[in-house]
Amino acid sequence: MSLEEYEQAGGYQALKKALREMEPADVIRTINEANLRGRGGAGFPAGLKWSSVPTGENAPLVRYVIADADEMEPGTFKDRMLLAGNPHQLLEGLLLAAYAIQATTAFIFLRWEYTQARAIIRNAIAEAKEAGYAGERVLGSDFSIEVRLHVSAGRYMCGEASAMLNALGGGRAVPRPRLPFATVSGLWGRPTVVNNVETLNNVPHIINRGGDWFKGLSRCKDGGTKIYGASGKVKNPGWWELPMGVTIREILEEYAGGMRDGVRFRGLLPGGASTDFLLEKHLDICMDFTSVQQAGSRLGTGNMIVLDDKTCPVGMVANLMMFFARESCGWCTPCREGLPWLANILSAIESGAGEPSDLEILEEHIQLLGMGNTFCALAPGAVEPLRGALKYFREDFDRHITEKRCPWS
Amino acid sequence: MLPEHVKSEILSAVEKYEHPRHAALEVLLIAVEHLRWISDETLINLADLLGMSPEELDNRATFYNHLYRMPVGKHVILVCDSVTCWIMGFNGIRDYLCRRLEIEVGQTTSDDLFTLLPIQCLGACDKAPVMMIDGTLHTHLNPERIDEILSTYGWDPGSWKSR
Repeated sequence: MSLEEYEQAGGYQALKKALREMEPADVIRTINEANLRGRGGAGFPAGLKWSSVPTGENAPLVRYVIADADEMEPGTFKDRMLLAGNPHQLLEGLLLAAYAIQATTAFIFLRWEYTQARAIIRNAIAEAKEAGYAGERVLGSDFSIEVRLHVSAGRYMCGEASAMLNALGGGRAVPRPRLPFATVSGLWGRPTVVNNVETLNNVPHIINRGGDWFKGLSRCKDGGTKIYGASGKVKNPGWWELPMGVTIREILEEYAGGMRDGVRFRGLLPGGASTDFLLEKHLDICMDFTSVQQAGSRLGTGNMIVLDDKTCPVGMVANLMMFFARESCGWCTPCREGLPWLANILSAIESGAGEPSDLEILEEHIQLLGMGNTFCALAPGAVEPLRGALKYFREDFDRHITEKRCPWS
Repeated sequence: MLPEHVKSEILSAVEKYEHPRHAALEVLLIAVEHLRWISDETLINLADLLGMSPEELDNRATFYNHLYRMPVGKHVILVCDSVTCWIMGFNGIRDYLCRRLEIEVGQTTSDDLFTLLPIQCLGACDKAPVMMIDGTLHTHLNPERIDEILSTYGWDPGSWKSR
């Protein structure tokens, strides 16, 4: 969508409204009222994040806001089309976030492989600047903001917000300690807010129409809409913007068109590689943060990966673990050492060389690599699908070990 | 020594940052774009420009997917091996590419035309299986599509068939 088309559709009205009628605190309050939760996977309330940036006379003058356009969670492709399809909606959301925290520079941290989006966003930034929506004294106000595109050198770890700050700062993408929070001391030691692309795309509409309108869009207590997706052997893989809280069955059957002919549904990862398996019995739960968590998994990115009966679940988990082992940044020992072990054991089982005791080692590592034992959430995320696989597909693991081969090969 | 046009592009990139070392990754990417890979000599030259030790810069250069510290071919094929592409037939795609190019994953063809590398999810799972060559995405892969795609990069399937 070009700048002209975006403006004709009501684009940049929210930015005008905020700059003319609203204080930064009003913008944050409106986002809080909307209960906008982060769409990148963790679901942290966006307004709460913004309000934790220090304000007042003694607060640092240089502040940053970053759009996380580093979409790399396996099975996730929602931001790709937002970035390439409507770059000005992202820019307007980013500019509103920048105004809310009174940032001086806004970055778009884009993954290298999104080359189509790279050209589109570079052009959109120039257009926005030309039209007075970004740069010095935005729309004649006292608010100035520099917008920059950062093309990442590429690594899954950059999706971890604190590691992203190190990458954007020119270093290795290793995580930082939880404290101090990035909103107090982030990029180059300055207050920094990182928001996912999809989260920011919601912001202009909330500012235009208010928090109640946004909440009314959903079918649950998490407000708004969500971009859901489905991939794997479904008839119509793709993505759809739907009310937050539609059921998995609705997405799978009505939008993804059900399973392809000749294969049957066995399970799915609801929101990327680091979410746990759900089964047929879970299909009627709602795809919102709370409901998916209650079913033992996580909403994650809301882009589901479907496992069919002609695909080996052990092979699938082995593939996932190989990914996580390769992407571990090596910063902390449990993750660096533990994930390759798990990947090797799973590959051995898959190829028919597994031992019964291997399953105990796998079980043990779900705890050892769980939350609290590692520096960041990569390894705890890696063992999430393993936990469900061992529980739900136990007999498939057993068959690999007793038959000494993969029953699917 | 760095070619003049590369050096001037690097210097103007450095200017956008408060400290030269903050530009390390952007500078390394510029170098790869022009020189394909970062040799030890390039690394030392770049470190010098950024006011860093070569070891500090190598600490960055060895970490990222698109910074090559070994020579790569004229075209780099990044084939997605993440979960959806795996479900949709990655193993067959990988094996076919290896057979056609007569290399293993991680190697470069003898004519220096292609390097074949695995990559994590390319964010195109609705069009799996997929690969990327020099930044161009190729989707819905199958053997016939792969032959067609490789041909557009100067690969000659005839020479392979005649053997």
